[in-house]
Amino acid sequence: MSKSRIEGAVQSKTRLSDRYNAWLRHHRLSAADSLHRVLDNLVASLMTWLVIGIAMALPVGLDVALDNATELSAGWDSPSQISLFLKEGQDSASAETLVREIEARDDVAGVHFVSREDALAEFSALSGFADVLASLEKNPLPNLLLVTPVASLVGTAIDGLRSQLAQREEVAEAVLDMEWLQRLNSIMQLSRRLVMAIGGLLILGVVLILGNTIRLSIENRREEIVIVKLVGGSNPFVRRPFLYTGLWYGVGGGFFAALLVSLSLWFLESPVSELAALYQSDFELEGLGMMGALNLLILGGLLGLAGAWLAVTRHLAAIQPR
Amino acid sequence: MICFERVSKRYDEGHDALREVSFEIVKDDLVFLTGHSGAGKSTLMRLVMLMDRATRGKVIVDGIDMASIPNRSIPAHRRDIGVVFQNHQLLFDRCVFDNVALPLVIAGYDHREIGRRVRAALDKVGLLNRERALPVTLSGGEQQRVGIARAVVGKPKILLADEPTGNLDPALSAEIMQLFEEFNQVGVTVLIASHDLILISKLRHRIITLSEGRLVTGGAL
Repeated sequence: MSKSRIEGAVQSKTRLSDRYNAWLRHHRLSAADSLHRVLDNLVASLMTWLVIGIAMALPVGLDVALDNATELSAGWDSPSQISLFLKEGQDSASAETLVREIEARDDVAGVHFVSREDALAEFSALSGFADVLASLEKNPLPNLLLVTPVASLVGTAIDGLRSQLAQREEVAEAVLDMEWLQRLNSIMQLSRRLVMAIGGLLILGVVLILGNTIRLSIENRREEIVIVKLVGGSNPFVRRPFLYTGLWYGVGGGFFAALLVSLSLWFLESPVSELAALYQSDFELEGLGMMGALNLLILGGLLGLAGAWLAVTRHLAAIQPR
Repeated sequence: MICFERVSKRYDEGHDALREVSFEIVKDDLVFLTGHSGAGKSTLMRLVMLMDRATRGKVIVDGIDMASIPNRSIPAHRRDIGVVFQNHQLLFDRCVFDNVALPLVIAGYDHREIGRRVRAALDKVGLLNRERALPVTLSGGEQQRVGIARAVVGKPKILLADEPTGNLDPALSAEIMQLFEEFNQVGVTVLIASHDLILISKLRHRIITLSEGRLVTGGAL
């Protein structure tokens, strides 16, 4: 050994820029090394990715479904409709008179008359009970007026119109069709809350699963950690590869979640458009989109880091050379 | 370079591993540390590399009081000391090269510098042609040489060796000791714990003897 090599030991107290480069180098090294380890155990890693993917796909898939349902029902919000069921024994002529009278009101945009004969024909065509209905002695359906209020009429004013119309002697019952829509909206809000709660639980699950996976890989490399600490590896140095392992598991899980959601949507696409065609709608399923998929990857990565952090802070400090 | 001032170490279970031990090892010296097992040799080494802290007294390494080093700075302190372990402490899933390179990777050298230094160290211990071998394929003596190469690759000022010849036959042991003497000659302060009295008495270096935690001989310069 020459004298200059001994002086090298003094130079090993590195400058700030050298230390930054060293830090960067070790990040690159840890990232590559942990990716290698994840890919080397491909079957085990695939399992982990799938578990995380499924756990993330569930709430995300439900959320996408709810988005689509919201999209679909947005078209139904207004105008609402009041159904007037007329009393029995009214002939078509008096119904026509009633139609004209109601149409004349300022707060009504339009009235559509469905005669009991038309209603029976439609019902037997759509319900599949044609035979049963044909065997009935008389038509059980009443005449129906569908009243559409003007668009400016909202909330309680619509209800006011409904009760005014209900008081007319020809009318047996007046039903505001808004009600089912309001119910639908509250059901959707409830569902959204449920999805959020399930999502929160599953996210917690993902973090714990990843934490446990990282804990196992820490246990597997216990001897290595001891040796690295013996020759002067700091806690951040030892921690880094495990954090990257968590990151790779999380990002992979996010990828599989995006894949699962896209596959499910693709699987549902043709029946949904068939159904939409039956309702004369051109509704199409809205997918995750590029941003949604990217967000899943990022979310997965963050969850992976969180899980790994949980594991390393709990288990790494406890491993000391003895 | 290494200075102990009335150092005592009592473990939690009440066992006194060191009692009032004082000595000084000057720069560029090579000193043997001997005594029966349980005499406190390992404890003394552990205090120098901060695997433990003294219960009483002062441990000064390279002019720094060990009590003044906070826990988070312990890794940096260990990077300045080369340590050879009796059971080698090698990574068995990494090749010889990677094992020797470990301290340099930790210190953050770039890979060209690492390659240069690792080969120099392997050349020094005579294992240059085995750099791609896995440690399990090496003999005990060769594994110990890998451990020595790893200890010196960072060019430390201090080299500690805990029973470096523990499992080796006399001929191999003598070779290993000769290696330590060579490092000492280029200016590394070396402290070797060994109970092989026959071997170390032949080598004509200062010998510190411990017995039941007390320093028996070799305390004075």
